[in-house]
Amino acid sequence: MSGPVDQAVAAAFRDSWGQIVATLIGATGDWDLAEESAQDAFTAAMGTWPRRGVPDRPGAWLMSVARNRATDVLRRRALGAAKVREVAVDSREENVEFAGSENIEDEEAVSGVYDDRLRLIFTCCHPALSLEGQVALTLRTLIGLTTAEIARAFLVPEPTMAQRLVRAKRKIRNAGIPFRVPPAPLLAQRTTAVLGVLYLLFNEGYSATSGADLVRSGLSAEALRLARMLSTMMPEDCEVTGLLALMLLHDARRGTRLDGAGDLVTLEEQDRTRWDSGEITEAILILKEAMQLGRPGPYQVQAAIIACHATAEDEAHTDWRQIAALYDRLAELAPSPVVELNRAVAIAMASGPAAGLAIVESIVAAKTLSGYPLLPATRADLLRRMHRLDEAAVHYREALSLATNDGERRFLTRRLRETTTGR
Amino acid sequence: MRYLLMICDDESDGRGPLELVRAPEHIAWIDYLDHRGITLLDGVRLRPSIDATKVQSRNGETLVSDGPFIETKEQIGGFALIECDNLDDAIDVAAKHPFAAHGVVEVRPVWDE
Repeated sequence: MSGPVDQAVAAAFRDSWGQIVATLIGATGDWDLAEESAQDAFTAAMGTWPRRGVPDRPGAWLMSVARNRATDVLRRRALGAAKVREVAVDSREENVEFAGSENIEDEEAVSGVYDDRLRLIFTCCHPALSLEGQVALTLRTLIGLTTAEIARAFLVPEPTMAQRLVRAKRKIRNAGIPFRVPPAPLLAQRTTAVLGVLYLLFNEGYSATSGADLVRSGLSAEALRLARMLSTMMPEDCEVTGLLALMLLHDARRGTRLDGAGDLVTLEEQDRTRWDSGEITEAILILKEAMQLGRPGPYQVQAAIIACHATAEDEAHTDWRQIAALYDRLAELAPSPVVELNRAVAIAMASGPAAGLAIVESIVAAKTLSGYPLLPATRADLLRRMHRLDEAAVHYREALSLATNDGERRFLTRRLRETTTGR
Repeated sequence: MRYLLMICDDESDGRGPLELVRAPEHIAWIDYLDHRGITLLDGVRLRPSIDATKVQSRNGETLVSDGPFIETKEQIGGFALIECDNLDDAIDVAAKHPFAAHGVVEVRPVWDE
């Protein structure tokens, strides 16, 4: 097979897989049939395109082959004439529509196509499914990763992942989880659930060490694609935009977050010249537009915090007052002990270490972050800056005893040495 | 679809069926079902788990013992069998059941074939 055709198939897969699966689930209600028919269509493309050339509209070609496969299978199964008729009629309408709208940007055609993918993502991320099931199902149906690839990305044996997918699909059918975009009263809450799954996916990929596993780090790119898709389909939802901006801002710094030894480099110490300015510019533009609508949420605020760092020339020029104010806002919108700890750090930078230490000590007293190494590490760091070195050493040692990886241990050992020898 | 709502709590609410059907929050729940067009097919209030009997058959022998199936804090205090379109509707109704505010409602689809 020739290179350009391979590329065309790969591009069509990226652009059309989720759309084909979503449309067929919508038409047949049969998730396995939808996946198998989509798979068959791509197999047919690999056989036909090298001989007859890539069709003008690969997505439409694939959709029509997949529809025909689904109709054939349903007919063979003799599942009842009604269902076959329904798919066949849809298929005709689709062909008419394809023939009539040469322009793919045709607004109606696009919104009609997008609707099914939006239904699909809300169904995949239904809170009655296990979180693991939601993640796996999203990757399988919307992105088209194989069971083996998803298993590899989540470091579980393939049969375990296969079982997870079967279980999730079975529950959708048996428990009557509807294939739809939730109605208005449920929409905000369910959108939050979808965004949670996308951010989890992104972070799974982001935390993968570079080069360790390409499939795993590829998850970030897939999460970004899904967030883009979602923001196109739900432009009025500011949190969708907020999450997209947040992902872009993280992604822009991807290459600088680990040093040569694979240790984490803190935001302040990252090489800013190597940040992706294109992604940062885009993120800030869409974030500004979203925030002007005046419906703030945790993702927008988190993105705004990273944006403050991303737009500062260097650490010294960072607007810590603004960052501290944003953490105050985040603590109101999405209170958690970890947010509180970050707020303490920002306030220490804006108003001096004593103000930060007071917050850290209240978190210690509340015992909500016991066993979290960054809590004593932050406490030690603030004490060090206040020249209370003996106390700082005590808490660096505590942090060392809790550290979970070598990178953390190396960092803390270095700081402890500075504290005990630097007086 | 039909769903069984298993209404569970720590048995702190000791009211019987007659008291419950007259309680304003339960009347409001029934009204809500009506308003949503969701049918309540059946429902009962159960006696507390202290009155439960566990029965097993092993090798032709019947084993009878005192107590509920599982020792947990939440016990099934009653059930409601409803008919509605999909899981989201069942979740909505379950969330509005008065016991959901202090206990747990488990929603189980009926195995229809």
